[in-house]
Amino acid sequence: MSTISSGPRPADYPNRRPEEAVAEPTVMTTADGTPLKVSLSRKLRRSKIKAMLLVAPLFVFLVVSFVMPIFDMLSRSVDNPEVPTELSRTVAAIEGWDGEGLPPETVFAAAFQDIKEGAQNRSIGRVATRLNYEESGARSLIMKTARNVRNAEMPANAKAFLIDIDEDWGDPAIWHVIQRESDPYTLSYYLAALDMEYNAQGEIVEKPEYMQLYVDLFIRTLWMSLLITFLTLLLGYPVAYLLANLPMRISNLLMIMVLLPFWTSLLVRTTTWIAILQSQGVLNDMMVAVGLISDDGRLQMIHNQTGTIIAMTHILLPFMILPLYSVMKTIPPSYLRAARSMGASQLYAFRRVYFPQTLAGIGAGGILVFILSIGYYITPALVGGQSGRFITNFIAYHMQSSLNWGLAAAIASILLAAVVILYLLYNRLVGVDNMKLG
Amino acid sequence: MAAPENATAPEKAWYYIFRVLCALIFLFLIGPILVIIPLSFNAEPYFTFTEAMLSFDPAGYSFRWYEDFFTSDEWLRSIRNSFIVAIFSTILATVLGTIAALGLSSRFMPYRSLVMAILISPMIVPLIISAAAMFFFYSKIELAQTFVGVILAHTALGIPFVVITVTATLTGFDHTLTRASASLGADPTRTFFRVILPLVTPGVISGALFAFITSFDEVVVVLFLAGPEQRTIPIQMWSGIREQISPTILAVATLLVLLSITLLTLVELLRRRSERLRGMTPG
Amino acid sequence: MKKSTLLKTVAAGAVTAVAFGATTAANAETLNIVSWGGAYTMSQQKAYHEPWMEKTGDEIINIDKSGNALAGLRAQTMAGNVTWDLVDMLPADALVACSEGLIEPINHDEMLADAPDGTPPSEDFIEGSLTECFVPQIVYSNIVAFNTEMFPEDKQPDSIDDVFNLEDYPGKRTLMKKPINNMEWALMADGVPADEVYDMLETEEGVARAFAKLDTIKDEVIWWEEGAQPPQLLADKEVAFGSAYNGRIFNAAVNEGQPFEIIWDGQVFELDGWVVPAGKLDKVKDYLHFATDTQRLADQAKYISYGPARNSSAKLVSTHAETGIEMKPHMPTYGPNFENALPKNDAFWADNIDELTERFNAWLAQ
Repeated sequence: MSTISSGPRPADYPNRRPEEAVAEPTVMTTADGTPLKVSLSRKLRRSKIKAMLLVAPLFVFLVVSFVMPIFDMLSRSVDNPEVPTELSRTVAAIEGWDGEGLPPETVFAAAFQDIKEGAQNRSIGRVATRLNYEESGARSLIMKTARNVRNAEMPANAKAFLIDIDEDWGDPAIWHVIQRESDPYTLSYYLAALDMEYNAQGEIVEKPEYMQLYVDLFIRTLWMSLLITFLTLLLGYPVAYLLANLPMRISNLLMIMVLLPFWTSLLVRTTTWIAILQSQGVLNDMMVAVGLISDDGRLQMIHNQTGTIIAMTHILLPFMILPLYSVMKTIPPSYLRAARSMGASQLYAFRRVYFPQTLAGIGAGGILVFILSIGYYITPALVGGQSGRFITNFIAYHMQSSLNWGLAAAIASILLAAVVILYLLYNRLVGVDNMKLG
Repeated sequence: MAAPENATAPEKAWYYIFRVLCALIFLFLIGPILVIIPLSFNAEPYFTFTEAMLSFDPAGYSFRWYEDFFTSDEWLRSIRNSFIVAIFSTILATVLGTIAALGLSSRFMPYRSLVMAILISPMIVPLIISAAAMFFFYSKIELAQTFVGVILAHTALGIPFVVITVTATLTGFDHTLTRASASLGADPTRTFFRVILPLVTPGVISGALFAFITSFDEVVVVLFLAGPEQRTIPIQMWSGIREQISPTILAVATLLVLLSITLLTLVELLRRRSERLRGMTPG
Repeated sequence: MKKSTLLKTVAAGAVTAVAFGATTAANAETLNIVSWGGAYTMSQQKAYHEPWMEKTGDEIINIDKSGNALAGLRAQTMAGNVTWDLVDMLPADALVACSEGLIEPINHDEMLADAPDGTPPSEDFIEGSLTECFVPQIVYSNIVAFNTEMFPEDKQPDSIDDVFNLEDYPGKRTLMKKPINNMEWALMADGVPADEVYDMLETEEGVARAFAKLDTIKDEVIWWEEGAQPPQLLADKEVAFGSAYNGRIFNAAVNEGQPFEIIWDGQVFELDGWVVPAGKLDKVKDYLHFATDTQRLADQAKYISYGPARNSSAKLVSTHAETGIEMKPHMPTYGPNFENALPKNDAFWADNIDELTERFNAWLAQ
């Protein structure tokens, strides 16, 4: 590395550049005669490279195992391969169609060939499924046609032939959808994730009210997460205060009570809330036993919003207490004493002196809890019932049940965007390198 | 934080109310976790305290749900799988994470905060998104439904914990020590094993324990990525809870609580040791 | 020294553990069979799997994933690593999977056993039940059941209308969290004859009418997602009515003595059967031949109240294996049960499932 350019050179070195000649006489050198500046910057570069080499294996690993999958998934939210690949002839033929009336015979003939080929390869189902997202009924239209054309010869009049198989081919609607979805990329999944759709004229409009779902769910997720964040703050603040101001030995002991839930399996904690809150559960039994409620008047505390909020507040509480605690720990108790000695009431001293100094901790804990909360899946899925579901439950639903993976990816991207914005905010406010774990 | 002697009466009252409030919050934190322990010894298949249990009648208690657990092939297989996945992903995450933390704690690391933000991101990105993304990607490269796939996924999830704990240990690290070691004639390898490693070991171990418990508890990614051969304890619990929670689940939960108590104790001991070593105040 | 030996032990243990997992698959033939779990898988275990394992020494692993079978097949095919060998599936899913090339086409007469009297499978299975990639096993039914203890003896519900009648039959209901069956029942309870239900659902008015009817009980409904939930909820008396598969209710009533009664009025019946994932035909064809013969299908009816899909098996249906009760009256196809029965329209649902499910989810969230 050192052989390239640095090192002392004889004064009469022929290729020496003029500026070096001017600079050299005043340069400070190290023991071996290297100019100090060069030596330092070389050392700096070496340290930089050393640090980067140490980080590189992990960085590469994480990019391959985690970051690339995320980007791959994001691309799925706009990917639209089905129509362009399965109906490639039709796509080419329909490009010039002006959208008036029915497309020309060439398009019908191309569709005939595409569907015939798809039926023989048994790959036509993909495009049938894809088109059915846009137009209910498209699936059986395609599948019925596939059954009929599989062994058929190209007819003289493909238009008449297809319309004879199913009169829906005579409706411009299906052709508009095919034309619209003939690009390899689509916005349809994002529109669906925002409760919007294309109308017959190809304009973007809101879905009818009885079909709207996701926007409300996003709002509900945000709203419930805010509430949960607020509750964790309400419960976490006094505890953190107590822990920060007790003698070390006692506070260490009490800290265990905060850390144990933190270390306990999420499923275990969710299970315990089911055992406690369900209508034949511990809490209802206790209330019946002491006569607070009657046996038929058992409270419904689970499989609804109440269940989700209680369980998630419990689960996320340590994430609020720990950052609060670490901030409060740095506030010298003498500040409060000083304020008190100057005549401030306890409340006043707390409000004007102590509380403002904890704002950083509130911000750190608050954003952390909020980020974790909007992305939670397990707990809302198990105790949320109908009203306590989060948007994440619909990502899972479209991944596993409806199999509309494009829509799942679109919803996930929107949620991810929200998380990333919050994460950047957190990073600015706290700095991820200051994150602590217990 | 004792009640000051010169406090007014309402302030004194507040002092006690505050303590009671805190006690209640602690109860909220820890109570639910402790409640399931006695419930898991219930002789009846209920999730509540029977009369026999409340009157401490031995007949009200039994080990039957533990027996169920330890005699079920499915549960035993899931324990084995959980350990395989957790051990391998912990080793990977710890090795990669520790080396990287050494680089990250260097003053010369360029774009430190950006790199750190990326390394921590698996902890921040909602699990359902990570799971969906890994499902697609790992399926493409034929790693879905394999142990390797699940292990790699869990390694990614465990890395932030290792990075955070080890860099935290290294922040207090006195870099003159390595220079001292070098000036006394030790080569870098020797310096690493004799000087750096003993000092960061507590941080590395607690990072490893975090990574272990992360993998051991993880359900969402396994739900998407694992095949029938890779069923882990959390998956088994998840399907159990979704259908009907049998008291066997409570027995498993109790065992998991014991596991977390053990790990937590270990981490606490290590943390104190590390702070003593680095000359900080104990605690 | 000590540390390194410890590490070695751990590593060796882990490696053996992995190796152990691999060898079980390599030695004996192991079939991964996907089904619905619970009482249904148990009936297959007794009627098909156990005799097969005894005969051949193969090992059969039951995987309870039929609820998400189509998703699983797509994922495994995409992953290029199909671990399932045989899948129990509904015919509507089978149509989709078949059209996407995920499962093998079946030549029924060539691959399946003839009836004992020599009737070929294409004539022995229920008419119209054999589709390109699908081998039917049973006819089952979606019904609503109730807990008899929740109603006075002189006022037990007996029709689908009663499920929607909160005034005379109060209490919570549990229904499947899908539009399927619920839409049909809502219209039937609203006075639409069974044979007009699907025509009606093709129209916007029909759909609106069904949702309006469901609205009347919405507040009293707990929605279930796993087949095991409704019997559990009924047994715990968390609900008075529950929609369920008739076999699960039969199982709870007969084997566990639960006071459950089925409302056969308005039952929505359909088939259920096997499909073979692409590339697995050679591995499972012998099993498939065995498990779908006349005797095996008849045997299954000893354990669960689902009607065999072969006419030759239906004649052999006798008594319940454990309690000895006559099985015929518990079958969906039994005359009195069948009076107001609706065949599930797969074509309708294939087309409308996306849109109606979305609308159903939006309706739930309102």
